[in-house]
Amino acid sequence: MVVDGVTDEAVDQLFHALADTTRRDIVRRCGRGEASVSRLAEAYPMSFAAVQKHVAVLERAGLITKERRGREQLVRTDPEAVERAHQALDQLATTWRGRVDRMSELLAQDQPSQDNVSTRRQDP
Amino acid sequence: MSVTSLDKDFDNLTLTLIADFAAPAERVWQLWADPRQLERWWGPPTYPATVKEHDLTPGGDVTYYMTSPEGETHHGWWRITSANPPKSLEFSDGFADQDGNPLAEMPVNTMQLQLTEHDGGTRMELRSVYDSKEQMDQLLSMGMDEGLQLAVGQIDAILADDGL
Repeated sequence: MVVDGVTDEAVDQLFHALADTTRRDIVRRCGRGEASVSRLAEAYPMSFAAVQKHVAVLERAGLITKERRGREQLVRTDPEAVERAHQALDQLATTWRGRVDRMSELLAQDQPSQDNVSTRRQDP
Repeated sequence: MSVTSLDKDFDNLTLTLIADFAAPAERVWQLWADPRQLERWWGPPTYPATVKEHDLTPGGDVTYYMTSPEGETHHGWWRITSANPPKSLEFSDGFADQDGNPLAEMPVNTMQLQLTEHDGGTRMELRSVYDSKEQMDQLLSMGMDEGLQLAVGQIDAILADDGL
């Protein structure tokens, strides 16, 4: 989806990253602690290369970070990305504040001569 | 502003909003029950909503789409589970493809609306519940409307930091 100031490409990348069940599962798994790519590969009925590809897509979308330690590649879910999930409720709240404002405006248009919107209960 | 209170319950993924309007419940109900009025508040001015089907009876559907400034359309649906005009309404709210068919993989929100007489006007209580955290994670990638612009902006910043 296109939002002002955000490139189609960036949104597409994230959209694409989360549109796959395996990739969403990788994000969840690595949110509970880091995991190596080879450990992840054992968890899914697919090749090491296929899992590596999924990890690369998630990394490009900023959802996970990858770090080489010795012979292993460790994958970790970006805590900021997880924090953003919590922010979803904040954003829903913003959406509804906007909707309630527009509802109030519509009601106010019923009787333009008098204040139809409650002003006694202003939001702080 | 007529939002009286707003409670975010992160454990239960529930948003509870209370708003007071100086209008009778029948009038506030019309904002939901008249598709032309619903169009005027559901989407922000930059993403106006167009309502296609609109049947606020149990089992009935509301289908709509929102149009971006670039002219792209984003479709959504409601499935009404209970309706008691002008007092209460409960429905599921989800995403649809370009033909208006519900997308099974996308997050679904349960919405409960209650209108009660209060202080000579109407108190609207709205509860919005997500089924799972996964759904909320998914929602972040959607940028459904203006409320999600912030998240998308942050994601963009992270992508930019990665040098993409």
